[in-house]
Amino acid sequence: MIKDFAKGLWKENPVFVQVLGMCPTLAVTTKALFGLSMGLATTFVVVSSGLVISSIRRFVPDQVRIPMFTVIIATFVTAADYFLKANFFQISKALGPYVPLIVVNCLILGRAEAFASKHGVARSGLDALGMGVGFTCALVVLGACREILGAGTVFGARIMGEGFTNWIIMVLPAGAFITLGLLVGGFNIIDKKVSKKKG
Amino acid sequence: MKELILVFIAASITNNFVLTYFLGICPFIGVSGKIDSSIGLGIATTFVMTMAATVTWLIYYYILVPFNLVFLQYVTFIIVIASFVQFVEMVIRKVSPPLYKALGIFLPLITTNCAILGLTLFMVLRNYSFLEAVVFGLGAGVGFTLALVIMAGIREDLVFAEVPEPLQGAGITLIIAGMLAMAFMGFGGIISG
Repeated sequence: MIKDFAKGLWKENPVFVQVLGMCPTLAVTTKALFGLSMGLATTFVVVSSGLVISSIRRFVPDQVRIPMFTVIIATFVTAADYFLKANFFQISKALGPYVPLIVVNCLILGRAEAFASKHGVARSGLDALGMGVGFTCALVVLGACREILGAGTVFGARIMGEGFTNWIIMVLPAGAFITLGLLVGGFNIIDKKVSKKKG
Repeated sequence: MKELILVFIAASITNNFVLTYFLGICPFIGVSGKIDSSIGLGIATTFVMTMAATVTWLIYYYILVPFNLVFLQYVTFIIVIASFVQFVEMVIRKVSPPLYKALGIFLPLITTNCAILGLTLFMVLRNYSFLEAVVFGLGAGVGFTLALVIMAGIREDLVFAEVPEPLQGAGITLIIAGMLAMAFMGFGGIISG
């Protein structure tokens, strides 16, 4: 049970290992805060859709399962979008169309198809939660890197000294691609060292 | 007419969907290994994008808005796109089996391409007129194809390069994409939009 949860954090991390759900990952991580909100919204959708899908999995005919999953996911995304609009209008505005785009985040449909449609409710919930948390961590790390170098702050708090010149490129799309590429490389190095120690 | 051309250029080059909006990254990173197959995927996606923009525009402004059903927007759009992809698949299979074979698994994959849902959302956000929406769909598709084919060309050569081990695979692809994005920034001054 614990394994279902923990594998999403590191071993099968959706961003660094599976390279899934790239659109929101790259698009919204200009600031750590946006990464965090996007991560939480995605976690909500992946967990609730995982719970629903795994509990109705016996009644869904095989041929129509993908459209059904998509409709369930889209429903929860609509809920998340309206919640953000009502309570955190500024964040919702900054994230723009990338909140509704959670619908086509391959991470969510991937979990539904690969795990929730084959396992019980409790395990699917844990699996989805692990993936969601892993996704959120990755987004916050990426957002923090880009915010430190692009604006000299983290979560709005000043980190770099007065003389620091902002690297504009980090806020632009090109910076997103390059930072994530390097982070994936760094992840692989650490992963290799850890697995070497283990055996 | 001038506006339409501007929308087209903005969607395909200056605000390239893949390299500035990060839409359609999954096929961009996962599939773009060979030039041939990326051209096939690009053309199929362009077609679906143009049609999806047309159909969702009509549904949004003639059904959802008048009946106050805008909250169903995401659900409706994704159903339209999914069923449209299914439809295109059936038509191509019937009309041209060789083309169907060549496109293979790429066709069903188009449904989960975020570029298409993103396209329909941007279309609504920017209040495009009907013609603008159609041109926007076409331009976005052309831009997607362009980015995909360039990337495939680079990756065909990359096979012979010595990439540091931790960066192999996704890492180096992302870094190359970053450089391409920088190159596309150079077009930014052509028009604002």
